[in-house]
Amino acid sequence: MAGKVKDEIQYDHNHDGIDRRGFLKCMAWAGTGALCVMSGGVLKSYSLSRLPEMSSKEAMGELSFVQISDSHMGFNKPANPDVAGTLKVAVDKINALSAAPEFMLHTGDISHLSKPEEFDTVDQILKSAKPQDVFYVPGEHDVLNDDGKQFLERYGKGSKGGGWYSFDKKGAHFIGLVNVINLKAGGLGTLGHEQLEWLEDDVKHLKHSTPIVVFAHIPLWSVYPEWGWGTEDSAQALAYLKKFGSVTVLNGHIHQTMQKVEGNVTFHTASSTAFPQPQPGKADSPGPMRVPAEQLKSVLGITDVNYVQGQHALAVVDSTLA
Amino acid sequence: MRRSVSIAVLTMALVVGLGAIGIGQRSVLEGAQQKAETTEVKIDNFSFGPGTLTVPAGTTVTWTNSDDIPHTVVSTDGVFKSKVLDTDEKFSFTFSKAGTYPYFCSIHPKMTGKVIVQ
Repeated sequence: MAGKVKDEIQYDHNHDGIDRRGFLKCMAWAGTGALCVMSGGVLKSYSLSRLPEMSSKEAMGELSFVQISDSHMGFNKPANPDVAGTLKVAVDKINALSAAPEFMLHTGDISHLSKPEEFDTVDQILKSAKPQDVFYVPGEHDVLNDDGKQFLERYGKGSKGGGWYSFDKKGAHFIGLVNVINLKAGGLGTLGHEQLEWLEDDVKHLKHSTPIVVFAHIPLWSVYPEWGWGTEDSAQALAYLKKFGSVTVLNGHIHQTMQKVEGNVTFHTASSTAFPQPQPGKADSPGPMRVPAEQLKSVLGITDVNYVQGQHALAVVDSTLA
Repeated sequence: MRRSVSIAVLTMALVVGLGAIGIGQRSVLEGAQQKAETTEVKIDNFSFGPGTLTVPAGTTVTWTNSDDIPHTVVSTDGVFKSKVLDTDEKFSFTFSKAGTYPYFCSIHPKMTGKVIVQ
């Protein structure tokens, strides 16, 4: 034990298998967000955990923002008894960036049980982040018991229908979609007819060279439908975005990072700031992955999977943003 | 004669009555046993167990969430709907009418189950 590398997690068998300091350190890989940099109309995404290894040039672009996801404030089970602590770690990392991102996107599951105090805690923690603007979309945990009424009151000002909206930043068009309401038995995430109509209309007037960033909680591609990791009618939404040269889709929900390129569309999922979930099909259910001492190393191994470099050959649009 | 007939009738009535009580007790016991065996549905590992539950009319079914993640129990046809159930929280519903009642977790709609009331 004496020869232990300083960075390794210290734990205490007499307690719950891990001390707080070691725990936060161990969870640091989970307690992160993604820095998204728009450069030449193409968006790249970097894990905040690996930023020290990045050159400042890489971290710059016309526009940079941060995606955080799945804070699950109120969760207190063994997989992570301190979700407030890990969210603070994410905020610290954001604040340590050499250039402050323009804003933050939160891709849902802000709270664990839709309790007002859970939302309050997240709001309080995010206040200490340098970027003050936060754009939210709800996760299924944010719309419990009231079909999202409380969420809309808190975060939905100026949004349409169930909370969807769009905005423009430095020539890029951002679209926040809601796919966690009115879920049907046996089904996946759902956007619904009304929202799809709105989306079609929202992008109709845009030039084909406009970079598009879509963000929603449940993945808009079929990650693993057996666990509900997909959206029933996402194909229709993506059909409306076909004409654009660069489309980036940012999701949460699955508590791990994944990337996929399909034609003009790049899909990213963000890790959770709260707890990890197993890789698709690698467990009996998508329940929280616990991090007991003896499994620590294998879980830490996932850090590598979490590394999102974003060096795929993304579709390049024919104009750059000035 | 008349008297003995009366006694016989009375005795028969008594026997039948006792028998009825006996049957009554037995069916109550059977009901209780059936209840004890089948009225609990456990929510575990993102699934309802048993997935299909058959009960006599009048049975109260109780769902208990044993997962680390909250779930709900929502009738597909709008017959019943639980509040969100956190770990170890329960929801009960009494099925008075015969029929098939499909339900699901409205948070994780891949989770489905069914109660058949006879």
